[in-house]
Amino acid sequence: MKARQGDHASFEELVRMTYVDAYNLAYRLTGDEEDARDVVQDAYLRAFRGLRRFRGDAQFTTWLYRITANCAASSLGKRVRHRHDVLDDDEEIVDLSARVDPAEQADRGAVRERVKAALAELPPRLRTVVVLRDVYDLSHEAIAAELGISESAAKVRLHRARRKLRERLYPMAGDEERDARRAV
Amino acid sequence: MRCEDVVDQLAGVADGSVTLRGSARWHVDRCLHCQAELVQYRKVLRALRTLRTEILEPAPGLLADILATISESGERHAVRQLLSGRRAAYVGGIAAATAAGAAGAVVLASMSRRSRLRLVS
Repeated sequence: MKARQGDHASFEELVRMTYVDAYNLAYRLTGDEEDARDVVQDAYLRAFRGLRRFRGDAQFTTWLYRITANCAASSLGKRVRHRHDVLDDDEEIVDLSARVDPAEQADRGAVRERVKAALAELPPRLRTVVVLRDVYDLSHEAIAAELGISESAAKVRLHRARRKLRERLYPMAGDEERDARRAV
Repeated sequence: MRCEDVVDQLAGVADGSVTLRGSARWHVDRCLHCQAELVQYRKVLRALRTLRTEILEPAPGLLADILATISESGERHAVRQLLSGRRAAYVGGIAAATAAGAAGAVVLASMSRRSRLRLVS
């Protein structure tokens, strides 16, 4: 409350309590430490400037996640324009599953490591949605609002992201044929 | 009903946002392929949720950098406010002086008219 009234010390306290969490989200979205640092700084600056617009009906962290997601999306957009990459939802993800015996990877820790690797290889626009929804539990509505897309587009991206993660981690006979049929 | 007809709903079933009914449910209950895929989605979603509790420590200096950025922005804002406050004061001063001048002119004009009337009479 004090922070909303422009009290620097109270806002500083909020930053101290939440910056590690915000950095983690930024890192998961960008996949790069330097980018994550920039995104977090930008997010807190925007939060500080827009603090009066924070209605207080949601948790501060939820509001901050939304701003961080927005900053990360801008950062990824700039990075893509800079590198002249093409973001294609249907781009091929390198399948490393042949090098891994699923039976040996049964424990959850190993699954988590493989999920992290698979996440890192997702196209950024799919990774952003799945991280915000399935890791940080943001609503479809909030995700759509922060990314500037429709709610149905957010749902479609989420569906594609989950399917790609599932196929990457547990490839099944028929996946490729099914993907080929979808592409037609 | 075939696997292709329900496969797009399995991730939703795994996260609880979709409930299969009728022939779709009947199919999944009897199809080992769909059941396996459902279990895989559940594992993926569980693994994703556990990432939330995994904390990556940022490199030292991040907190100081964030606070410095905010403080810098706060100072810039304060300077801007101060300048705009002074500008308002200048404008107010000029307006007050103009109003006072105009009022003075009116008073002087009426006084000189009165003295002219007295001289005539």
